[in-house]
Amino acid sequence: MRAPAILFLLCSIAGAAAVDTCVTCHAALEEGAKGPATLIKGDVHTAHGLSCADCHGGDRTTDDQDASMNRAKGFLGKPARTAIPKFCARCHSNPDIMRQYAPRERVDQFELYQTSVHGKRLASGDGNVATCIDCHSVHDIRAVKDGMSPVHPLHVAETCSRCHSDKEKMAPYGIPTNQFEEYRSSVHWEALAKRGDLSAPSCASCHGNHGAKPPQVESVSAVCGTCHVLFAQLYDRSVHKAVFSGVGGGGGCIVCHSNHGIHQPSTAMLAGPKAVCAGCHDAETSPAKTAVEMGAWLDGLDGALKNSETVLARAEEYGMEVSEAQLRLIDGRENLVKARLAMHSMVSGEMRKPVEAGMAVAAETLKAGQAALREKDIRRWGLAVSVILIAIAILAIRGLIRRIESGPTAMTASGEKTL
Amino acid sequence: MSAKELKTKTFDWFDERLGLREGRDLLDHKVVPVHGGTTWYYFGGITLFLLAVQLGTGILLLLYYRPSVAEAFDSVRFIMTRVEFGWLIRSIHSWSANLLIFAAFVHMFSVVFTHAYRRPRELTWLTGIVLLGLMLGFGFSGYLLPWNQISYFATKVGTDVAASMPFAGPALARFLRGGEDVGAATLTRFFAFHVAVLPMLTFAFVGVHLLLVQKAGMSTPSGISPARLAQMKFFPNFFLRELMVWYGVLAILGTLAAIFPWELGQKADPFSSAPAGIRPEWYFLAQFYTLKLIPSHVWFMEGELLGLLGFGLLAAVWVTLPFWAKGREGETRTKWATGAGVFLVCYLFAFTILGYLK
Repeated sequence: MRAPAILFLLCSIAGAAAVDTCVTCHAALEEGAKGPATLIKGDVHTAHGLSCADCHGGDRTTDDQDASMNRAKGFLGKPARTAIPKFCARCHSNPDIMRQYAPRERVDQFELYQTSVHGKRLASGDGNVATCIDCHSVHDIRAVKDGMSPVHPLHVAETCSRCHSDKEKMAPYGIPTNQFEEYRSSVHWEALAKRGDLSAPSCASCHGNHGAKPPQVESVSAVCGTCHVLFAQLYDRSVHKAVFSGVGGGGGCIVCHSNHGIHQPSTAMLAGPKAVCAGCHDAETSPAKTAVEMGAWLDGLDGALKNSETVLARAEEYGMEVSEAQLRLIDGRENLVKARLAMHSMVSGEMRKPVEAGMAVAAETLKAGQAALREKDIRRWGLAVSVILIAIAILAIRGLIRRIESGPTAMTASGEKTL
Repeated sequence: MSAKELKTKTFDWFDERLGLREGRDLLDHKVVPVHGGTTWYYFGGITLFLLAVQLGTGILLLLYYRPSVAEAFDSVRFIMTRVEFGWLIRSIHSWSANLLIFAAFVHMFSVVFTHAYRRPRELTWLTGIVLLGLMLGFGFSGYLLPWNQISYFATKVGTDVAASMPFAGPALARFLRGGEDVGAATLTRFFAFHVAVLPMLTFAFVGVHLLLVQKAGMSTPSGISPARLAQMKFFPNFFLRELMVWYGVLAILGTLAAIFPWELGQKADPFSSAPAGIRPEWYFLAQFYTLKLIPSHVWFMEGELLGLLGFGLLAAVWVTLPFWAKGREGETRTKWATGAGVFLVCYLFAFTILGYLK
């Protein structure tokens, strides 16, 4: 009897000072029930002037516990897990309400969620799947652009991995749990986490967020193509498009590049022991030979450009002015990128043009670098000859001075000897 | 007519019109004192030689240089890469500019430590100081002309310092920049200063300086009677020695230009951020570093203003050295001048080194 009496007293005192009795009373409770009242301080809803009663119902103005949490008067309490999406959708799917707080925010999240694997399973009664609060958190919900939000671009993958890397949790669904581990070894993760490029893709970029589901085989290249536009266009025209669509376990780009663990591509994918082409094409077949030829072209161009860079760098170290050639090398590098792009058409003729243009740039800049190094040598020789001539001139003058001063001396007006 | 008669007649013809004999007599009678400090006499000649190098190479650069924001950098690159020996001319011009200022400083301090500024050479000292100022002006204005990143931002810093001077500072900065910021107007303006205004003033002051040296003769160290010193005829004895020194300086210049060609850098981009560690040329580094050391506010005034007032006071003391470094009877107070000279050399040396290291 003592505890309710103290609680009542605390609520009465708090009620006199503040209007929101939900927060003041829950803040005085023990740890479990106290949590929401503490967390809500950093919540985006609180920042917009909303409070507990706006979601959970009830009367926040009275310090009478029975009155404030009276179900007959609209108190909803804690929603069931399966009811959470609909609970949030009361406002987030209502354009009139959302316009007051976040006019540019979409209001179709609930509709999308219902189409997602998560939404469908929840509807069938599976309470283990993700609902709004599993990704966005609860009571301390932050805006997506807030760096502390679990759905901020930098944290999305980690948030998804909380469930998708949990073997126990994923066991009933029979899906792998290594996606996050693979993703963390990918170029996309490196761009996002190491370089801080927020436009780099994470889980939601390919799978969607509220309407999350794995891309279908026929849509993989379209998903990758949202960023890699030109690559997707060339791939769609290539012979691989039709073939890869029929490959089991995914298709399109991921046949060669994998899905979550996408690594920096290299010519080793075309030829050699790690060649992905060899997975389908025997070494003696024409496509395999074409792949080897394409790899050789790319390696050749890359090597030629690096050689030019080295020679120009050496010339620059000697103080030679080679900035024009260095600027020209950028064109060569662009041609290498174009050649790598053209390779996705799988037509060697399309690759030849940028490779030849790049090789021409490499040859031209190499020539400029070698000329600069030759010029450096000529300058050094010229300097040596000039210094010798100057030394001879100095010695000649010295001889002249000696000859002049070895003659008869004259006396100055002051009687001293002149030199 | 024999060759000797032709030579005599030709000389007489010119002598009647130009007074060549007077010049020859002058050279015949001009002598140079010989003592332990005679070596220092060569630095005036070295400075003059380097000035002539600057004039020659500057004229050659003018044949290709284009003083506009759009073309300046590319025209200098054209000189460095396409024009025959353009790299050599530009590198010599840049290295020679630095050696010239160094030689001018050595010449000035040699004058102080040998007390060559004393009566009746006060005007020679003053014209020399003006010439040093003009050389620094050449350095400051010429630095911007290639229109590269370093020169652009160094000029911004330099003109910002000018703007913090009391009273006329903002107006002076606007005058130098030709507007509120360093831009196209600054480049054309600096070009005009560099190739027209400063050369004209320099010619006039070099002329007066040499005339005054000729009028007063070569100074001898204080405490030694000129009558007791051995002397050397200026022509040909001293002149030939000076010629040897000039050849030596030419070899140094050529070596520096061939082994360390003056770099061009990146074209100026006013919208980019200033390159890291931006600092002025070495001859402004001591002052620049001093200004950096002074707190932003000292008592009731801005730190930069306090620094500039300090430099102004120091410059005034230095310029008037011949007038205060003497006693009531007119005798030279050599210790005062030597002390001031030692202080200034130590300050410039230490702060220039620190400015580079920090």
